Amino acid sequence: MTLSITVALLTAGAVYLFSKREFLRVILGFVLIGHAGNLILFAAGGSDRRIEAFHPSADPSAMADPLPQAFILTAIVIAFSITVFMLVLAVTGDDTDGTATKVEQLDVSAESESDGVRHEPRRNTSRQEKA
Amino acid sequence: MSPDTIGTLLPLFAGLPLLVAGILITTGHRLRLHAIVNIATMLVMLAAACGLVYHFWSTDGGTIAHQVGPWPPGVAIPFVADMFTALMLAVTLLLTVVSIWFAQASRAANSQYFAPLVLILSTGVNGALLTADLFNLFVFLEVMLLPSYGLYVLSANRKLPLRRVHGVRLYVTMNLFTSTLYMIGVGFLYGTAGSVNIAVLADQAQHDPTVAIAGAVSMFALCIKASVVPVHGWLARAYPGTSPAVTALFSGLHTKVAIYAIYRIYSVVYGGDTRFLWVGVVLFSLTMLIGVFGAVGEKTTRTILSFHMVSQIGYILLGVALFTELGLTAGIFYLLHHMIVKASLFMSTGAVEVRYGTGVIGALGGISRTEPVIAVTFMIAALSLAGIPPFSGFVAKFMLIVGAVDTGDIAAVVIMLFVSLITLLSMLKIWTGMFWEKGSGGPATKSGTVITSATRDPYAHEASYTPELATEATRAQVSTLTGTQTIIETDESTVPTRRINFALAAPSVVLAIITVAFGLGAQFLLTLSGIAAEGLYDSTDYVQAVLNR
Repeated sequence: MTLSITVALLTAGAVYLFSKREFLRVILGFVLIGHAGNLILFAAGGSDRRIEAFHPSADPSAMADPLPQAFILTAIVIAFSITVFMLVLAVTGDDTDGTATKVEQLDVSAESESDGVRHEPRRNTSRQEKA
Repeated sequence: MSPDTIGTLLPLFAGLPLLVAGILITTGHRLRLHAIVNIATMLVMLAAACGLVYHFWSTDGGTIAHQVGPWPPGVAIPFVADMFTALMLAVTLLLTVVSIWFAQASRAANSQYFAPLVLILSTGVNGALLTADLFNLFVFLEVMLLPSYGLYVLSANRKLPLRRVHGVRLYVTMNLFTSTLYMIGVGFLYGTAGSVNIAVLADQAQHDPTVAIAGAVSMFALCIKASVVPVHGWLARAYPGTSPAVTALFSGLHTKVAIYAIYRIYSVVYGGDTRFLWVGVVLFSLTMLIGVFGAVGEKTTRTILSFHMVSQIGYILLGVALFTELGLTAGIFYLLHHMIVKASLFMSTGAVEVRYGTGVIGALGGISRTEPVIAVTFMIAALSLAGIPPFSGFVAKFMLIVGAVDTGDIAAVVIMLFVSLITLLSMLKIWTGMFWEKGSGGPATKSGTVITSATRDPYAHEASYTPELATEATRAQVSTLTGTQTIIETDESTVPTRRINFALAAPSVVLAIITVAFGLGAQFLLTLSGIAAEGLYDSTDYVQAVLNR
């Protein structure tokens, strides 16, 4: 019960943060939903009917299932590395991602501009000239 | 080789590229060495994959499984290969080789991390294709995706600051969200069925509704990765944001691995349950339609091609939604054909984009005159995509339509035919907007004067990379100075010099030749696809091999 309520709260927080435009908040949303996912994996190990690991007096088959814990460890490592990468993107990128409006302007022409040694006017203006 | 020996070697498909990647990172900035080692490693694996195909062809099907570590079957992580896996391995590796070549030729591989990242990407793809453990599949998907993020940024705008790279945030967030969702689905599967081994889960979704729902969460996540309507929006936004070489590489690998996993999970875990097939037929028919309509409004070659990819994914997945032996054969054939043709299209238009600086429809014209080879290549691949005989696309579509008529999905047949027509129109749009002669303003006119001004300007050849800065005519003439070939055209009537050299054209030409070969030699590939489909249609052999019974 505790686990499911926690998962629900984490997911709700994540959905709220996803709805924000700022990329940093989206990343925090991913941190939350990652934890929600990990807790689901944890619950999948039958945490309701099993006791803690290494319990001195208990029978080994009733102890916590180690496999989901291994899953969670793997998932945490992966999520952590991607979170760091996203944080890099958050500090280096524009405030708006621009995927909605600028997608046809990026392509190779931006790249080719960087190849040019001459410093021409910004390509946005040249695009207007062309139009 | 005996099946046991082959089984023992299977993990090398994942291990070898990882090892080579690790070694290459330590060698520093030696790009030529990197390129050679990279391609050599891929070729070795390609040869091994072809050997696997030959093995399954000579034994007429069968499955080879290997349990990693001394755990008992069902607990150990299994590496499994059957005909479907072998075919996918062969084609993905072929595409990787060709894409590396294209990346080298188009100078998208100018980083010392390019080769190691591609090798790790290959580890992820091969591992995801071979593993029979759903959580392991998640891990390999991540191994595949993490280097992709790096490749996306590395080769997008080489010398520009990272802030100019658009689309990567969308790409990363979409993939992270999908992976989290997939992981949650796997957690549910473990909670309901007590295992994440595909063979142990076999047919359980058919008998236990909770397992079916848990599996559906995973399948939904895979559908997002495969960009099925209504969760297709990310693909056409994210893929064109990087360099053409990397777009071609991703198009051949990422969505296709998800499609492979959907085929495998549905056929084994769901046992091809007929109760849920209508969902697939409806969704995948919508995918075909909406994908192709999305392409109509786009203005650059790569966004058009990306939307077509969405549409084609509908066709491929329809094979599994029919779930007859004929339908699966057609779906697998379509998958193989599509990977080749799509990469060829991305590379032929990408070559134009790299050398002429833009992929905007209508900004260029008369490329067919300067670059006849690329134009013909594009035409072959485009006609193949639309499904015109004698290319492989015709066979693929024909088989799929026969399969759909067979199961009585007439609406899907009508949609398939209609979508083919729109696909052809879209391809003609690229053709007329990029390759066909563009009136009097075409590159073939106005020669000498511009040349002289270009010759005086030492940086003129650099300017040829910035299309917006030059007018249509000057750009084409300045091109004669590009690179090493400095043949100056003075005669008004001569054809302007080719800009796309052999190395840059070769990848798309090779793939176009393969699509023609697939079309003319369809019988053989259909036999192979048939063997693969048999293995999916009746998965007992797969399950027994994995569980070592």
